[in-house]
Amino acid sequence: MNWWHVFFTVMKKEWLLSFRQKSDLINPLAFFLLVLTLFPIAVGPFPKLLQQIGPGVIWVAAVLATLLAAERMFKQSFHDGSLEQQALSSVPFSLTLIAKVVANWFVLLVPLILISPVTLMFFHLNFEIWFVTILTLIIGGLTIFLFSAVGAALTVSLHRGSVLMALLVIPLYIPVLIFATGAINAASLGFAYHGQLAILGAMMIVSLLAAPFAMSTAIRVGLG
Amino acid sequence: MWKWLHPYAKPEVTYHFCAKLIPWLWLFTFGLLVVGTVWGLAFSPEDYQQGDTVRIMYIHVPAAIWSMGAYSSMAIAALIGFVWQIRLADMAISAIAPVGAGFTVIALLTGAIWGKPMWGTWWEWDARLTSELILFFQYIGIIALYHAFEDKQQGAKIVGILAIVGVINLPIIHFSVEWWQTLHQGASITKLEKPSVDTSLLWPLLLNILGFAFFFASLVCMRLRTEILSREQHRPWVKALVMEKSVDGV
Repeated sequence: MNWWHVFFTVMKKEWLLSFRQKSDLINPLAFFLLVLTLFPIAVGPFPKLLQQIGPGVIWVAAVLATLLAAERMFKQSFHDGSLEQQALSSVPFSLTLIAKVVANWFVLLVPLILISPVTLMFFHLNFEIWFVTILTLIIGGLTIFLFSAVGAALTVSLHRGSVLMALLVIPLYIPVLIFATGAINAASLGFAYHGQLAILGAMMIVSLLAAPFAMSTAIRVGLG
Repeated sequence: MWKWLHPYAKPEVTYHFCAKLIPWLWLFTFGLLVVGTVWGLAFSPEDYQQGDTVRIMYIHVPAAIWSMGAYSSMAIAALIGFVWQIRLADMAISAIAPVGAGFTVIALLTGAIWGKPMWGTWWEWDARLTSELILFFQYIGIIALYHAFEDKQQGAKIVGILAIVGVINLPIIHFSVEWWQTLHQGASITKLEKPSVDTSLLWPLLLNILGFAFFFASLVCMRLRTEILSREQHRPWVKALVMEKSVDGV
């Protein structure tokens, strides 16, 4: 069996599932927008201040939305037994999982990018800063999503795992957050930001290589 | 060496071995900590700039060192449990985590108390402070995850995976935070060349660092024994042990 074929089949199934269950698609987005709305209300509607905190707030909101989306990624397939079948099949389990993660990441990312121009208005950002923010979200976001997926895999067999999962994975987000906001700050000062983007890319590649094994081991233990 | 080590993979052997070890460990702990702390707090000279405040170092530095040492030993235990499937190593993780978390809290608190007169602030978003705080959150995550599982065996395995993922991330977090912001002084005693701490201050510090290591070992041994007992409570040897004790008691 061709492994690419397996990869795309799993991705297609995940996409179909999310399009049939529109709430999976819409809930994280609505959550993202809500968090974005909270900040101007909480700190005050001052354009200068909002401009300054804008990119950081977008990142925090995106990270929280990721957490929300990743949390339910394995839940349903764990309870209906399909995850167990995938673990038992002759296809490497980590391959199935990485396909699942990448598919779900696209389901979250594409609408997020489509809706993100509202931040141009919400936080009075200029186009350049918005562009860098989206760029860091594309590169660094996958790393964040992979960490969240590992957290989801660790807590998959628990009934009330969501708060716990946030507790486990948020500390792991910090390096990505630092370099992403570092790139944005550099861009806003007019400096080159390719270095930070390269580091984000390196983190993404390393986590793409390591996360599938952590996930498959964790889920296998969870299945018992 | 394997032949020598192998019996200790059996919980029962380790349980009795720890019992023999604990009095000695406590003896060294008290000996070193009493000498080191009294020397450090009462007899070592004060710093020409920091005055008496420098004495916080005798608690702060050992706690900070072993808060990280505890995490690495936990990760090593996790790796051993993961590779060789040794149950005892999994038990060690849950024995170490709360002790490490305690050391982290001590390091953070003493650091804040020192920071107020020296830097003029209780807390600063500095690289070392931040990564120590993150270390604390990682400990909390591990403890919380372990307690969320009803099946402790399954929980210990899961926690092992988290500990390994965490230890890979720890240096990355450390360096990224360092790149982000730094105010804390550099390492003063781990440098390979001549340490930048005067010997009159260094000796009590080294005694306390060693003392904290024994303190850590004693606490972990005690926790490991209770962990073994609670995890193995249905095994015949534990039952026999309980019977023996209760006959002694009556």
